[in-house]
Amino acid sequence: MKFPRLKFALPLAAGLALSFGMADSAHAVKSGGVLNFVVGSKIPSYDGHIEGTFGMIHPIRPFYSTLIRVNPDNPASPTDFVCDLCEGDLPKGEDGFKKYVFKIRQDVKFHDGTPLTADDIVATFKKIIFPPKGIASARKAFFKMVDSVEATGKYEVTFKLKFPSGSFIPSVAMPFNFVYAKKDLDSHGYTWHKTNINGSGAFSFVQHQPGSFVEGKKYAGYHHKGKPYLDGFKAISAPKMALRLQAIRGDRAAIEFRGFPPKARDDLVKALGDKITVQESDWNCILIATPNQKRKPFDDARVRRALSLALDRWGGSKYLSKIAIVKTVGGVVFPNHPLAATKEELVKIPGFGTDVAANRKEAMRLLKEAGHPNLKIDFNNRGVDQPYKVVGTWLIDQWKQIGVEAEQHVNPSPVFYDKLRKSHDFDVSIDFNCQSVVNPIADVTKYLGSAGNNYGQYEDAKLEEIYSRLLRAGTEAEQRTIMREYEQRAIGEMAHLIPTLWWYKINPHRSYVKGWKIAPSHYLNQHLDNIWLDK
Amino acid sequence: MVTTSEARVEAAFEELAVERPLLSKVKEFARKQPLGTFGAVIVLVMVFSALFADFIAPHDPINNSYEHILESYSSTYLLGTDQFGRDILSRIIYGARTALLVGFTAAIIGSVTGLVLGVASAFFGGRFDLLFQRVMDVFMAFPLIILALAVVSIFGTGIQNVIIAITIPFIPRCARVVRSSALAIREIPYIDAARANGFSNARIILRHMVPNVMAPFLIMITAFVGQAILLEASLSYLGLGVQEPVPAWGLMLQGGAEEYAESAPWVAIWPGVAVSLAVFGFNLFGDSVRDTLDPKLRSQ
Repeated sequence: MKFPRLKFALPLAAGLALSFGMADSAHAVKSGGVLNFVVGSKIPSYDGHIEGTFGMIHPIRPFYSTLIRVNPDNPASPTDFVCDLCEGDLPKGEDGFKKYVFKIRQDVKFHDGTPLTADDIVATFKKIIFPPKGIASARKAFFKMVDSVEATGKYEVTFKLKFPSGSFIPSVAMPFNFVYAKKDLDSHGYTWHKTNINGSGAFSFVQHQPGSFVEGKKYAGYHHKGKPYLDGFKAISAPKMALRLQAIRGDRAAIEFRGFPPKARDDLVKALGDKITVQESDWNCILIATPNQKRKPFDDARVRRALSLALDRWGGSKYLSKIAIVKTVGGVVFPNHPLAATKEELVKIPGFGTDVAANRKEAMRLLKEAGHPNLKIDFNNRGVDQPYKVVGTWLIDQWKQIGVEAEQHVNPSPVFYDKLRKSHDFDVSIDFNCQSVVNPIADVTKYLGSAGNNYGQYEDAKLEEIYSRLLRAGTEAEQRTIMREYEQRAIGEMAHLIPTLWWYKINPHRSYVKGWKIAPSHYLNQHLDNIWLDK
Repeated sequence: MVTTSEARVEAAFEELAVERPLLSKVKEFARKQPLGTFGAVIVLVMVFSALFADFIAPHDPINNSYEHILESYSSTYLLGTDQFGRDILSRIIYGARTALLVGFTAAIIGSVTGLVLGVASAFFGGRFDLLFQRVMDVFMAFPLIILALAVVSIFGTGIQNVIIAITIPFIPRCARVVRSSALAIREIPYIDAARANGFSNARIILRHMVPNVMAPFLIMITAFVGQAILLEASLSYLGLGVQEPVPAWGLMLQGGAEEYAESAPWVAIWPGVAVSLAVFGFNLFGDSVRDTLDPKLRSQ
């Protein structure tokens, strides 16, 4: 019998979730109060279209609305999306899934009083999908399938696609797609939102004291009637984890939305008992080791495969999950998704087999065959404990088992990114693939040498060809088959990138925080309009 | 005929001329400077640990043992294990090697450079001295840790860069102290005599002035070693020093102290004790060396 525990675990988890939901809804929702939460990263700018960090999303997302969003009541589902600024059900694709018509709500106003119309949605998505020259757009590549976006009425927006794509709706639902007022873009320019805020979200901007806090207050004209429940929020900057933990422990803050390692959870629960509620979830984030293929001998697939074969991922999952925010062994697709590899499929990929001794023997043979039995590695890592430094130290130990000596250079984030993305001054670097909405077809572009966020410096025409077929696959079954081929090529045969473990999200928070449900990403469900305080 | 008083003087000179055995000197030092002796013992233990770490450490300091993550004290792991299951005692023993390597290297290079520059500044005097001292003033205006942080930010992390980062702030501190002693020596007639004999500046500085400022120099070196160990630990704690998996006390504090101080306090306590003891030992030893070499203090 396969997965005997899963057989019982799934109904149990569903039952627990149901009872949790029932218990939660059994409480009468209370309005009022200010939610204090801690954020462990800085705000590079306020512009969601160019940023990709939780340091911006957590304090700034509550000021903005998006066209559609992940269902706040069911954020764990990778396929459950609901309207935010649109109304009714999500549009069904027309014209062979090449046309999507969104009806826009007529009761929405920006915080400065400007009514929101289809023109604002169009201006926003044109900035994201077709930015003028010199204007950055971090998620432009997610909309490769979009041919045009037009206002087909004062409150109607039509997207036309070049080809049908299952990744279109998830891409639209990304929380970074803040809707801006067209008049702001027209009068102030496309960079104004980096330093200014005018949204239509549940909260309006009060103040930002850099390095200290961001404050928002309830927006009375919010379009989801009766919400938000809170009078306001304060996002407190706390770069050190110990500080964030102490803030929750001392009730200076009620929650941290990114996640804590297991030990921190245990400490909080031990200290505060039922005053702490813990929510946990798989996380749409995977830590990767990226070999620099412009440097020898990392242009040799045997060497890269050896580095992957050295990793005891199953053992690592067991032990690292005690000390780091990583847990799940998986391939290129988010583990809980229907397109993800099963364990039977995973163990066929080199380096994912359960016989660690055999894997390492093969790794040493490959290194010897490649002429590098005593390989030395200049290993670039990011100066962030969780999970980068912990997993980095684990990687060094794993590689040591096959005779590879890695010298770790832990750099502050700006230096780390510069080495990874610009100067390419590394043999192997820690890298990651963290996405918001679970959208495997788009998420796996990370493994393409041509992707803007791939830093391995390689070209692989065969992999590109497989992806091209994947993008146009009509059915889920077809997508699944092609995805396995893509996976085997990207992380098995060629080992372009070396996946370690998928992250695991643990959010211990004060039990009086109600309404917020954990999502498989720290970017999702951060509009805060459904949170209330049971005080 | 030799008088009685002359005989006494001769006898006294002979007594002074006879080199006493080392053991006797050590005994006298221990008797007069008990705290300094305690410091010296700590230093010797550190040096012994660093030199013979391969033989006395019970485990490989970088060997991860995931079955033994965060284990408390036991007969296998006398001081417990850290978050990677590594033996804390072994990492502390090997950490002495990192501490002393950084401490001695930075202290010696910084002090010697400061010695030469300080004596040269005093010897040449005039505009050179004026300009040189203003440059030293600039460096002295920054606290040690700030200057070290700035240097490591420019050069990057790693043991070599940490040594550079710690050495640079030491140079002006040593140069300033040595210069003040050298200024007095410069006025003594034998320096003029050396000049009159046509000796080169380098010879006068190195052969005739430097040996006469050795007392403050030696005191500064011992003080610098302790400071360097503390700085290395601080930089490593801030993530700017040596990197995992290298065993280093500051790094051990950084890796474990914050997350596990409550549930596994041994992860934080023992490296902290090691840093404190080392700095305490070097400071005690340095103070007693100063007391021994300073004629004013010696006579009291």
